[in-house]
Amino acid sequence: MSSSSNVAESWISSFCGLLGHEYFAEVSEDFIEDDFNLTGLQSQVPMYKEALEMILDVEPEEDDDEEDEEEEDDDDDEVLGDEKPTGYRRAGDRRHLRMASDLSVIESSAELLYGLIHQRYITSRPGIQQMAEKYELQHFGTCPRVFCNSCKVLPVGCNDTPGQETVKLFCPCCLDVYTPPNSRFQAVDGAFFGTTFGCLFFMTFPELEIGAPRASSSGAADALLAIQSATAESKSRSSSATNSTVMPTVQPALINGTAPHNLAPGLGPGNIYEPRIYGFRVSERAKSGPRMKWLRMRPVDLTELDETRRYWEERGGDEESGPVKREQDEDANMMDAVVDGRMAVDRRKKLIGRRLRTNGSGGIGAVGSGNGNGNGGGSPMDTNGVPGVG
Amino acid sequence: MDDFNSETDSDYTSYWRDWFISSRGNEYFCEIDEEYLTDRFNLTGLNTEVQYYQYALDLVTDVFDLDCDDEMREQIEKSARHLYGLVHARYIVTTRGLAKMLEKFKKADFGKCPRVMCDAQPLLPMGQSDVANTSPVKLYCAKCEDLYNPKSSRHSTIDGAYFGTSFHNILFQVYPAMLPPKTQKRYEPRVFGFRVHAAAALNRWQAEQREQMKERLRQARIETGFEEEDEELESEEEMEDDIEVGEDGFEIGATAPQ
Repeated sequence: MSSSSNVAESWISSFCGLLGHEYFAEVSEDFIEDDFNLTGLQSQVPMYKEALEMILDVEPEEDDDEEDEEEEDDDDDEVLGDEKPTGYRRAGDRRHLRMASDLSVIESSAELLYGLIHQRYITSRPGIQQMAEKYELQHFGTCPRVFCNSCKVLPVGCNDTPGQETVKLFCPCCLDVYTPPNSRFQAVDGAFFGTTFGCLFFMTFPELEIGAPRASSSGAADALLAIQSATAESKSRSSSATNSTVMPTVQPALINGTAPHNLAPGLGPGNIYEPRIYGFRVSERAKSGPRMKWLRMRPVDLTELDETRRYWEERGGDEESGPVKREQDEDANMMDAVVDGRMAVDRRKKLIGRRLRTNGSGGIGAVGSGNGNGNGGGSPMDTNGVPGVG
Repeated sequence: MDDFNSETDSDYTSYWRDWFISSRGNEYFCEIDEEYLTDRFNLTGLNTEVQYYQYALDLVTDVFDLDCDDEMREQIEKSARHLYGLVHARYIVTTRGLAKMLEKFKKADFGKCPRVMCDAQPLLPMGQSDVANTSPVKLYCAKCEDLYNPKSSRHSTIDGAYFGTSFHNILFQVYPAMLPPKTQKRYEPRVFGFRVHAAAALNRWQAEQREQMKERLRQARIETGFEEEDEELESEEEMEDDIEVGEDGFEIGATAPQ
């Protein structure tokens, strides 16, 4: 009963100090004490009240008054849908029971409850801040992928329901998830971090430079690729420059709500493995040829990813009649855009120029660095690069 | 390290090599046959790469009997390891070498792919360069066709040239049945259940590239190598995707039309 009195450390910090719990942030007691933050958890965690007491290091009450109060609370629990047949349990019994066998049950309940609270806490402002500090200190490790250059990763879950999957590591450099290198993390539930945290983190801190600066290319082949892509880029740039008086910036300041240099910087030309045998590339047509390059591809010209603008350019940029027509042949056009995406590149380049001239400062925020920066505020919801059309 | 010379286990022929491959950190190496090592043709050019070449070779083939001080021994020992590595790179692309490495691959001696969607696919060791001392060994996953750093730091000090740039590709050319089916499953970053626009747009673009590749292969009448059921699943999902995009505002980061 006097479990916490002789231990100086709080339950939370001792839990976070356990081997394999290195990824956890210490949830502040204020956060746990706010009932709003615990909404709905009562039905997910057995022995909820005891577990909560354990987390908060509250001494289980002994005297009669308190006991009564506790029981009232328990009744509440039952009303709220916990189908524990606790009616027969009298106060004395309960105190007795809790001492021995229940303690381990409560302990595991407390861990589950803490995990679920943790999932919510790390998406809150103080929680995400705390995780940011851990991220900066590289507490979560680095991406195992060679071309990610030891980019720092974040712990995420692939499921928000506990007991489904263990914790994974999300790499912002290649937008993929990996199994932690150490097997001790195989015991940590992914739901304790949740599916939201990984991306919300990078939306909350858009100014974070993800991915270490590119080290000098590892092989001559990669260097060659990089040069090729660079020349291709400059060619397209010069061709578009001749077509328009206003020179469009080659890369927008913001694409789909992300700064281009922060959108999967570990992908794209030079970062894709090219299988070779004695220096000769293995053909795509070989049975063992490369089939997965798409997974690590990234367009050299990121404006290709701006689907909204691409859509409008396919349509010749008639903004007035837009929205109505748009709703009608929505799907067909999206398909078209996908199919002739490559063919349309040249045409689009011209159109960008034309649109820039006609629109002046409004319209396409994603082009022109001045416009794009304006709405790159702190809130994740504002960080989109494409102000509405019309 | 020094005590093996004093032991007189003369009937055991591959003493040094046995010790070498069983010592900690050398789990990726397989044992090179005696005949291969003693055939001078297989060692062509290595005498310029390795210091104390002859002594090192003697040590590797267990005929070393030079009396020398510890420092010299240490030097020769180092050269022997380097020589073994360089011969290893040549050996593992031979028929016998490939067979040995295949066994190790099947036992997942080189580890498993850390990528979640690859479902613990066994890896193969490879180098990014055939020149010694350029870069440490990396691991190749045949399922996602990407390179990963070894988990353990004891492996990250092994020279990649001891495995070479070609070995893993040759292995799958020789044993095409060992090629795992490719998967189209991938991680979709989500916030509160909604796909994140920037990542989703990139995913769609990548899917488009993939379909183009599949079309190329289909026109050439070549198997794409993707999992069957996977393909159906994906095409359904893609249709869904298109609808969602059309309606706008389904993804975080995308703007609804005003």
